[in-house]
Amino acid sequence: MNSRKIVLVLGGSSDIGRATARSFAKAGWDVQLAGRDAAALEPDAADLHARYGISASTHRFDVLDTASFDGFVAGLAALPDVVTSIVGLLGSQETAERDLDHATTIMRSNYEGPALILGLFAEKFLARGSGSIVGVSSVAGDRGRASNYVYGSAKAGFSAFLSGLRARASRGGVHVGTVKPGFVRTKMTEGMKLIGPLTVEAQVVGDAIFGAVERRTDVVYVSGKWRLVMLIIKALPEAVFKKLKF
Amino acid sequence: MALISGWGRFPVVDTDLLTPRSFGAVDDAIAATSGGVARGNGRAYGDAGIGVNQTIGMTAFDRIRSFDPATGRIRLEAGVLLSDMIDTFGPRGFLPYVVPGTRFVSVGGAIAADVHGKNHHCEGGFGRYVDKILLRTGSGETIEVSREENPDVFRATIGGMGLTGVILEATLRLRPVETGWIRERVISASDLHAAMRALDAGDSATYSVAWIDCVARGSDLGRSLIYLGEHARASELPQGAEAFSRGQDPRLNVPIDLPSMTLNRYSVRAFNELYYRMGARRAGGSHLVSIFPYFFPLDGVGGWNRIYGRRGFLQHQCVIPQDGALAVLGDILDRVSRRGDASFLAVLKKLGQGDGLMSFPMPGYTLALDFPVTGSIMNFLDEIDRLVVAAGGRLYLAKDARQSRATFEAGYPALQRFKEIRASLDPSRKIRSKLSQRLFDEVQP
Ligand SMILES: Cc1cc2nc3c(=O)[nH]c(=O)nc-3n(C[C@H](O)[C@H](O)[C@H](O)COP(=O)(O)OP(=O)(O)OC[C@H]3O[C@@H](n4cnc5c(N)ncnc54)[C@H](O)[C@@H]3O)c2cc1C
Repeated sequence: MNSRKIVLVLGGSSDIGRATARSFAKAGWDVQLAGRDAAALEPDAADLHARYGISASTHRFDVLDTASFDGFVAGLAALPDVVTSIVGLLGSQETAERDLDHATTIMRSNYEGPALILGLFAEKFLARGSGSIVGVSSVAGDRGRASNYVYGSAKAGFSAFLSGLRARASRGGVHVGTVKPGFVRTKMTEGMKLIGPLTVEAQVVGDAIFGAVERRTDVVYVSGKWRLVMLIIKALPEAVFKKLKF
Repeated sequence: MALISGWGRFPVVDTDLLTPRSFGAVDDAIAATSGGVARGNGRAYGDAGIGVNQTIGMTAFDRIRSFDPATGRIRLEAGVLLSDMIDTFGPRGFLPYVVPGTRFVSVGGAIAADVHGKNHHCEGGFGRYVDKILLRTGSGETIEVSREENPDVFRATIGGMGLTGVILEATLRLRPVETGWIRERVISASDLHAAMRALDAGDSATYSVAWIDCVARGSDLGRSLIYLGEHARASELPQGAEAFSRGQDPRLNVPIDLPSMTLNRYSVRAFNELYYRMGARRAGGSHLVSIFPYFFPLDGVGGWNRIYGRRGFLQHQCVIPQDGALAVLGDILDRVSRRGDASFLAVLKKLGQGDGLMSFPMPGYTLALDFPVTGSIMNFLDEIDRLVVAAGGRLYLAKDARQSRATFEAGYPALQRFKEIRASLDPSRKIRSKLSQRLFDEVQP
């Protein structure tokens, strides 16, 4: 019988997903990696096994295919101790302004899908009476900006979902964490202009997610500087904020 | 387009920086290139890791494929950093056989430069512990090369500075170790002759290197501290000591370019004097040091290349064959000390036979010096190169940004054979770096 704890990483092929898997595996956890292309996750599973001697499995998961969620949960060989959703799609604000399909995909990828799947796991965890759920949201959800409010509003919805779920689940012994990275150097942000001091590597986010589980933290701003930045931005009156080029 | 440079921040070149994330994307990058080369973690000083038109960044390939704890054999992607390997496998009792003076180099870069460590005199270079390489050639083929399969290409790839193709994966042997500690012995030498004798006497030590005070002149010329080291066994550690203490991120960072004022003959002289005195005080006995400060003293200061200011700096690393080395090295050091703007860092070490066709090491002594880029430095280094060539020596390509074709050709007699192998792998010449363009590609019409 395997006594190691298990983490399920939804969005396992992203840079943050890979880093998160490493953070848990390094601490001796077994890992379930889930992503759209399960075969493409095989090298990452092999990497985790070779590095840390833990076992890692791969699973097909498509965040837009909500009809498959029940089957996905039922199909896991073991119910994980921790589930974390790194799934997200930045997309293009400009395209989303004209193209409803694109806007819908951004909204569903960042809110509908992640919220529904984590909600399903919450039911299972509550029935068991233990477990930890961590959703990766974004500082972009703290206030809508002219330059990315489609993405930001979906993240805002996801953050609100997580905070509500947290209030309910904590009474049943289940932890729900919200992790808000700022700028992260990943393939998603490659080529974008990032502000150096506010930018972190994917591994920092992975460690933050692991830390949130270990300490059962509610909300984590990955770089402490962001908490301050967003505090100020949230405090700006709408009349001022709308004039800002931001 | 992106402006990129090596660790010395000279030269700075505008090339397309490609960052493939799958082997298929590497194929596409090679197919599309009109003169490109792979780049690892950019720790080569000069222009080796910069493509003529495209540079193919490989750090996204950071997966370990398999590891056998019974034998220490590991298969991994070329972008894995040695620091990552050390952090992951050190606590499990394995380290790379060979590490250079920084751990922030990729496996691909370590193979391509056949990097040497403080153990080259007895254990050889990085390439010696490589069993197999998966290579994507300029013609888009994927080949496995080893000592048995395509042995010529294997020998050309080790130390071949990325010019035989893009290394995708490698299979290596790791060294079993009981601890992450080195038993170090420091010897002080009052001049160059004594330093070389101390290195000779240290031939049987696994690790040996000398730090030279390159400001000292006259009868002090070449005064040094020699560091010898052995892997400490578990039984040698004091009770309660951790067998492996993790490497720390640089605590000190150099965030901006210091004005080149800070580096002048007075500050360098004061630093060297202090360093020598402090070291000499520790000389004699032996003590335990963690592998991190022992192997990677400079990694403690992140971005230290910035202390040389905006114009960058050059490293000059030569190897001089054993016979006559004393006179030649004495001459070089004398000129350097009289010039007065030499580096904090002057390192002398013994090398053994290299393994690759174009590997830098040959039996003899290697001397590494840093110089800030100034108006007169090029002529000065050309003079030094003449001494190196006359002595039958050569310069290290991973450090070079400026040697002449003639210096290079004199130092690397296997060049012709290397060119033939390259031509057979890459008939349409897709793989080209700024270094190959400078030193040996046929001049374009
Ligand atoms: C502080 C410091 C100390 C050093 N000490 C030593 C030392 O003691 N001994 C020593 O030998 N060297 C030393 N070096 C040099 C360093 O080890 C080499 O330059 C090494 O090649 C750098 O590796 P990299 O991954 O950064 O490669 P890069 O600098 O990015 O590239 C170096 C070469 O490797 C090739 N290359 C990189 N990846 C691939 C790939 N996947 N496929 C094919 N080719 C590839 C590039 O084309 C280029 O020719 C030192 C460097 C520094 C900065």
